[in-house]
Amino acid sequence: MMSELVARRKVAVAKKAPKRKEKKPSSLWWMYTPSLVIVFLFILYPFLNGIQLSFTNWNGFSQSYDWVGFDQYKRMFTDPTTWLVVKNTLLYGMGSTILQNIIGLLYALLLNQSIRMKAITRTVIYLPVIISPLIMGYIWYFFFAYQGGALNDVLLFLGLEKINALANPEWNTWIIVFVNTYQYVGVAMIIYLAGLQSISKDYYEAAQIDGASALQQFKNITLPLLMPSITINMVLNIIGGLKLFDVIIALTGGGPGNASQSMSTFMYDLYFKRQDAGYAATQGVFMAVIILILSLAALVYFRRKEVEA
Amino acid sequence: MTYTDKKKKRLFAGLAIFITLVHIIPFYILITTSLKAKGDFSSKWAFPEQISFENFSEAWELTNLGNSFINSAIITLFSAVLLIVLGSMAAYPLARRQTKLNKFFYFLFIAIMIIPPLTALVPLYNLVVDFGMMNTYEVAIFNNVAAFMPLTIFLYAGFIRSTIPKELEEAAKIDGASTLGIFFRIVFPLLKPITASILIISCVYIWNDYQFAIFFLQDSAMHTLTVSLANFFGSNQNKLNLVAAAALMSMLPMTILFLFLQKYFIKGLAAGSVKG
Repeated sequence: MMSELVARRKVAVAKKAPKRKEKKPSSLWWMYTPSLVIVFLFILYPFLNGIQLSFTNWNGFSQSYDWVGFDQYKRMFTDPTTWLVVKNTLLYGMGSTILQNIIGLLYALLLNQSIRMKAITRTVIYLPVIISPLIMGYIWYFFFAYQGGALNDVLLFLGLEKINALANPEWNTWIIVFVNTYQYVGVAMIIYLAGLQSISKDYYEAAQIDGASALQQFKNITLPLLMPSITINMVLNIIGGLKLFDVIIALTGGGPGNASQSMSTFMYDLYFKRQDAGYAATQGVFMAVIILILSLAALVYFRRKEVEA
Repeated sequence: MTYTDKKKKRLFAGLAIFITLVHIIPFYILITTSLKAKGDFSSKWAFPEQISFENFSEAWELTNLGNSFINSAIITLFSAVLLIVLGSMAAYPLARRQTKLNKFFYFLFIAIMIIPPLTALVPLYNLVVDFGMMNTYEVAIFNNVAAFMPLTIFLYAGFIRSTIPKELEEAAKIDGASTLGIFFRIVFPLLKPITASILIISCVYIWNDYQFAIFFLQDSAMHTLTVSLANFFGSNQNKLNLVAAAALMSMLPMTILFLFLQKYFIKGLAAGSVKG
């Protein structure tokens, strides 16, 4: 039965073969197979396996574990730490996104003018992008540190009290947002600069003849035509900000307590410090869902504006 | 030029200088801290009274930075070469042959971009232990290649679609060249601009990688720069002069690369964003 089917298929394929060659090109699938295998083994399979593990109480090292159904999910949604960590993650994601886009756009508008030596300004703003976020965290630690930090030197000089900004749970999350913004505002700036330079000068000339003010020109020409750049920046920054890890490790280690923990650092703690692998996997699934929803929402929202423009 | 135009120009130039100075502050603090002698507890804002390079040699030895440099270099180099060769090869049929199969896999590659690598961490760790790949170059290389492959394919496919004329390949086909021959002898050389961008961007990120390295390279002989630095910082928080010197040394290669090849960084970023 089987062999008959195979034989019949072979005949069919053989009959079709010459025709197919003309009509349909071959897929050349072997050319992307190596890449596919690597991506499958190191991302896709572990990701799917992680969904599976989120239904277990695995501790991360023992050979056996129990299936616990939705227990880890129940635990996650009733764990107050989850909501603190989600709140922080959203602050890192949204806060950096908003700041990077506003400041990045302002920088791009400035550097789009004919200013002497603007290449130096651009280089300096972009330079942090190529430095490890971990090192960037340490560099800013020199600034905010309680003992001998640059900020406290200024405060002492002004006759004020020293502050321990990195240990203050109300400030340190904002400091992390600030450092992330400082580091990656250059990316937003470059993408906006490229967008600005692709807008034809004719629009502005026509608007000037009609007597449009600078603000009107910005609102009615620059902004709508910049929408593709805004979309890509928003999505890039949201994904980057929600995944924040290195800077937090460098500046606060997630502390004090869990005060500045993001979902990434919390997962790291759960797995390596608290031997709570099943729960870490549950947090991982939740994090992937949050990133997926927010980045897709941003993509759809801003793409729609592009069409309108 | 009118009077107000001139005034405006001066205002813009002043603003640019101000922004530049503000952005330089952290680097100024980093460099001056690294140059201060041991007993120099002056303000972070002050310039060192006596410039001393002792911190650099001491930090180099204490962190075993030479070893970490070699590890980081090997991982970065091999990952980048694999990314370029496998990524460009993968992008070619995905960009050129619009079959159902290829459309599906192209979509899959792009969709994978959204998965945050950390969310796959727990099971990945498991897998790596099972493969006996803990503390090996291979695990770091494959992790980085996997993490960057979707973006690499996306950029290559966009470039092939928009700039490589199909006629070239058809002509070569008539001459009887094999697919791989056509790809590596005719198409690949034309991909130079985007290859340069991908190479530089991926090198920077892989050199700076901390997330993967800290999980999979825990043996001190395998430490990369970021891992060595994190450990060093953990145990020397009150010797910031040394930390600053070590940080400066470890960021030097990429900074030099960036200053010389700046236009490729910026072009690559702009290309990715405009076409995305």
